[in-house]
Amino acid sequence: MSKDEAETGAREGASRRGFLRAGLAAGGAALLGGKAVAQTAAGDPANLPPNVADWSRYLGEGVAVRAYGRPSEHESHVIRRDVEWLTASRESSVSFTPLHELDGPITPNGLCFERHHGGIAELNPQDYRLVLHGLVDRELVFTLDDIKRMPRVNRAHFAECAANSGMEWRGAQLNGCQFTHGMIHCVMYTGVPLRVLLAEAGVKPTAKWLLLEGADASGMTRSLPMEKALDDCLVAYRMNGEMLRPENGYPVRMVVPGWEANMWVKWLRRIEVGDEPWYHREETSKYTDLLENGTARKFTFVMDAKSVITSPSPQAPINHGRGFTVISGLAWSGRGAISGVDVSLDGGRNWRPARLDGPVWGKALTRFYYELDWDGSPLLLQSRARDETGYVQPTKNELRAVRGLNSIYHNNGIQTWHVTAAGEVENVEVS
Amino acid sequence: MSKSREAPASARPLILAALAAGAIVAAGALLPTSGRATEATGAIRTAATTDGAHPDLPTGLGLGRAAAPEEIAGWDIDVRPDGIGLPEGRGSVLEGEEIYVMQCAVCHGDFGESAGRWPMLAGGSGTLDSHDPVKTVGSYWPYASTLIDYIYRAMPYGNAQSLSANELYAVSAYVLYLNDVILDEDFELSHENYADIRLENEANFFPDDREAAEAHFWREPCMESCLPGTAEITMRARALDVTPEPGQGPTVD
Repeated sequence: MSKDEAETGAREGASRRGFLRAGLAAGGAALLGGKAVAQTAAGDPANLPPNVADWSRYLGEGVAVRAYGRPSEHESHVIRRDVEWLTASRESSVSFTPLHELDGPITPNGLCFERHHGGIAELNPQDYRLVLHGLVDRELVFTLDDIKRMPRVNRAHFAECAANSGMEWRGAQLNGCQFTHGMIHCVMYTGVPLRVLLAEAGVKPTAKWLLLEGADASGMTRSLPMEKALDDCLVAYRMNGEMLRPENGYPVRMVVPGWEANMWVKWLRRIEVGDEPWYHREETSKYTDLLENGTARKFTFVMDAKSVITSPSPQAPINHGRGFTVISGLAWSGRGAISGVDVSLDGGRNWRPARLDGPVWGKALTRFYYELDWDGSPLLLQSRARDETGYVQPTKNELRAVRGLNSIYHNNGIQTWHVTAAGEVENVEVS
Repeated sequence: MSKSREAPASARPLILAALAAGAIVAAGALLPTSGRATEATGAIRTAATTDGAHPDLPTGLGLGRAAAPEEIAGWDIDVRPDGIGLPEGRGSVLEGEEIYVMQCAVCHGDFGESAGRWPMLAGGSGTLDSHDPVKTVGSYWPYASTLIDYIYRAMPYGNAQSLSANELYAVSAYVLYLNDVILDEDFELSHENYADIRLENEANFFPDDREAAEAHFWREPCMESCLPGTAEITMRARALDVTPEPGQGPTVD
């Protein structure tokens, strides 16, 4: 049964059940479809103690009705979103991970942000080929089965678009961490170390750079230094255990830990080994960082230490009023592991260490919490990440002092949320 | 799939990748450490699945088969600034204008000025240090090779790799003409002279210097009374109110 057939079957099952249940619950509260969703906000007193809810009386759906499970319909708002005015076409565009609705360090596969330059390439794995050529002893072609037979490793790493927070260089613009920080995901990748593949071909001593190329219509290419290729790069085919999603490069993508996600070439079809970088469009016209004096940085590969409070945030206001409150957020660094996160309630005047919880992997999202008894007074919330190299996340103004306003990429400045007495939250900047 | 290789995989000695790779270690270990790790770091961090260091893995697996030259030639269409990879062909500015008007102008405008929000290809000279830089092939791109490479692999948008080699040179010549890099409309570009083209902004790119220019971000973090006075809100997203309704703003193309 295909996924579509499974979904159709699940829907038909649901509607048949709905008919039965509506008939059985004479004049009762059918909890189906839009009705159930509409009741979510207010709830239904008939389901509350001492009453016994329908789900405690009647059988639910059986096994494998949901052959590929999906989230509860009450979570249907937890989705990728895009901002139409950002780009000229949806095929070369970006969607954003709903960070404000997630917890822990791992991103669910179906919610990982997308960034395509020529739409989603739909490859048949039988027709997948990876060509490895150039300054090697043996120029090779690999099938997907070849790659799956190689020794593999599991690594959780964040993939952050170089343009994440890029719309915020000139000031507070987008109202929600999904939009200001959501060009990022972190999953557990399974793949082959790139150096294992290179060893199959035998790299010549003159080799200094690799060209990575995707199979999509944008022909995505980036130049990768050999030192990084031999260090920790993966040729990955699984995310969180299952095969990559088409929008994330099925069946094979590059994982370049800690480096800007533009280099994580999806639908990887070709690796050329050479002695010089290629200076292609994605490392000249794009992914170069213009400074105030008109010169530009090139090859700004590493994503620096960064953090954001995901809740409360503009899309996740404080609804419970004053009292015990959990501040939750994410921190990450392309230079290694997060060594700590500090939280400020007063716009950066005073800081307290947050509590890191869950695995603290290098070059991966790290979850932090800061608990407080909120007295209902307005807050100017900030978080500040530190990494194991001693780098401390700068303010936006400290970044602007070095780079100006037109770098587009690599904005890792400290984010401020203004929490009002009513618990509403806004993206602001402070003096 | 190893039938074209000389020896079956089972007969080969397995070589440890770590030996071949020499002194490659986790990237983190190459960087200076502060010696200021907080209490959270050492306690929680799990060594086995962190950072980049890979275990000793077998190599010399005998997987994959030899790539035929024609297979590589079909996919290896990249071009470098030194001219390596240029396809054989030739085309003039005038020939390029005809192709550009038919295939490119609907998005990029008749003169590279862009239609709507599609990328501008020409103009913007002298604007890079201004408040509103206009980054085009002529004003920003360092190498002409990028132009022909990118058109070849990815343009026209939605019909990539559809132009012949002669059309590539002609269209490239026209775009360079729109940018005043080529001044004579009879000028013909070819694989013989393309690598001689120089763009004005080539010298203005430099490698990532963050570890020097931003060395002050490696520091002891301030914890108490870090800034004077109380914080004042200086900018608000709600004032702009473009989330996520259509509007005008910066592009991420």
